[in-house]
Amino acid sequence: MSTPLVEMKNVSIAFGGVRAVDNVSIDLHAGEVVGLLGHNGAGKSTLIKMLSGAYKMDSGEIWIEGNKATINSPRDSRDYNIETIYQTLALADNLDAASNLFLGRELTTPFGFVDDSRMESETRKIMARLNPNFKKLKEPVSALSGGQRQSVAIARAVYFNAKILIMDEPTAALGVHETAMVAELIGELKKQGLGIFLISHDTREMMELCDRVAVMKNGQLIGSERVEDVTEDDILSMIILGKNPKAAA
Amino acid sequence: MSDQSNAKSPPKRSFLQSLEIDLRLLGMIGAFLAVCLVFNLLTDGRFLTPRNIFNLSIQTVSVAIMATGMVFVIVTRHIDLSVGALLATCTAVMGMMQTSWLPNILGLELGHPLIPWITIIAGLLIGALIGAAQGWLIGYHGIPAFIVTLGGLLIWRNVGWHLTDGATIGPLDKTFILFGGINGTLGATWSWIVGIAAAAISLFFIWSGRKTKIQHGFPVKPMWAEFTVMALITGAILGFVATLNAYTVPTRVIARNPALFSCESAEGCVAAYGIPYSVLVLIAVAIVMTVIALRTRLGRYIFATGGNPDAAELSGINTRFLTVKIFAMVGVLCALAGIIASARLGYHTNDIGTLDELRVIAAAVIGGTALSGGVGTIYGAIIGALIMQSLQSGMAMVGVDAPYQNIVVGAVLVLAVWIDIQYRKRLGGKS
Repeated sequence: MSTPLVEMKNVSIAFGGVRAVDNVSIDLHAGEVVGLLGHNGAGKSTLIKMLSGAYKMDSGEIWIEGNKATINSPRDSRDYNIETIYQTLALADNLDAASNLFLGRELTTPFGFVDDSRMESETRKIMARLNPNFKKLKEPVSALSGGQRQSVAIARAVYFNAKILIMDEPTAALGVHETAMVAELIGELKKQGLGIFLISHDTREMMELCDRVAVMKNGQLIGSERVEDVTEDDILSMIILGKNPKAAA
Repeated sequence: MSDQSNAKSPPKRSFLQSLEIDLRLLGMIGAFLAVCLVFNLLTDGRFLTPRNIFNLSIQTVSVAIMATGMVFVIVTRHIDLSVGALLATCTAVMGMMQTSWLPNILGLELGHPLIPWITIIAGLLIGALIGAAQGWLIGYHGIPAFIVTLGGLLIWRNVGWHLTDGATIGPLDKTFILFGGINGTLGATWSWIVGIAAAAISLFFIWSGRKTKIQHGFPVKPMWAEFTVMALITGAILGFVATLNAYTVPTRVIARNPALFSCESAEGCVAAYGIPYSVLVLIAVAIVMTVIALRTRLGRYIFATGGNPDAAELSGINTRFLTVKIFAMVGVLCALAGIIASARLGYHTNDIGTLDELRVIAAAVIGGTALSGGVGTIYGAIIGALIMQSLQSGMAMVGVDAPYQNIVVGAVLVLAVWIDIQYRKRLGGKS
């Protein structure tokens, strides 16, 4: 098998006395969607935040494309072409869509000033692809609907040619139609060879979108299985009982 | 990801919408003009004389300069209670520097042409250093800005006292006091040149901004609206210059040194003050701070951090270092305001800048800076400072007793914020 895009080896982090992620190893290949499942507080988001640089892990290693990576900040993570769509969306509500899309990576004029016109026209282009109805480019994102805000966050992750995409509950705030659009987008990005970590509570949705699902409970990885090898019931029992029926068999 | 509101045809644009002038800016200018007109009525026309407008502008400069920095502080959800005290420490250092340290230690004799410039550079550095130190405590050590700068208020006020032994330091250098206002002005001819150049530059920027918009295929406002805005801006700039130029130097002042006003003798000599250097400094500060706010990454990060600190950090912005930069900037502006305040008096006094922190915060807040963060404008803070100063000097002219003056100013502060909140509610979360 080819070198994995991402390999997290024996990763742990504790907050106070709580071991939020306990010795977890997981990998992700190019063109693969790996779903992370588990109860609230199982450690899914925490695991992923170590990859995106929001948290610093206590122990363990991260390897990107066969090389050991040091990720101490969100900026480091971006340098490895890792993009994250956070559950909270992480948008500055008082700024418009273009400013949010380019936040931290503003386009500048030759004089070093931010080039709002160019950023706005780039935003128009990508929004026309992701969400053709999106017209409120001048408004602060606080004035946008949940779906529109989500599409700004997605556009930000997709625009910069990510190799690795982390999506934390990307469809939680969305309606049926919008969820379908996100699913379509995930399929398209997968075809382009991106590796995607997807976090969700919706087991059925995960079975459709993912190639592999990994289940976490109390900070530990219970198991990681290809979706065609397991049933929805298998996954549910992993989530609830914290036991991998496959491994037991 | 549907969007119902865009299905409708675009609503008819009103006159003001076509002009694309910020409604809040309009409201503030309206409030300022209302204050001026009321006082003009109450003082039988003494408020809106060239002389009083000249005085108002030089009285506003010091607080307005600091208020532009306070905007960035408040936008990032901090506060700076130490600006008045910081100003005092800076003027104490600068006062001692030019009257004692440079002459006695470096051996530059009083009146040496380098003294004012070394003094100013030292003052600005001290301001930057103290500001950065406070920012470091806030950003890297997580001590609330309220506490750090409350401590700073006590510390710097009294460091200034210690440096000067509480004495009044002066007279200050002759070149230094040119920054104070009436002692240093451009005169009529240069004021016109500066005014016309400023108008020309603004027109150029409006025009090139329109061209950029057309290049990118963005909608532009109709031609007549563009010209109306241009006419308004040109009128405002040239009107201001004309007013300042209408304030002529009293004959008794000319009599002291007619050559200064290029006259043989005081008799028949008419000279105008024109634009004070201090006002030019404020205008330069306003332009630089506005460019920082709107056109640089630094400004973008300041507003992003104010809007959502977590998002800013997740976007790779170093919010801790950002805090240091912001407080260092405020420190520099305090020093700059200190140059102007002490030059206006001609002395460093022990109580210089007392209560300025409250005036500066009030100016920023009246100017629409939201304490919840993320929202604020530089021009708003300057207009806020103007409104405060007009109220204060207007009431003094009318003869309102001191306690009532402060009661009115306090009430206006609360009222202004209430109006701002109502305005924002109506616009539904828009800033």
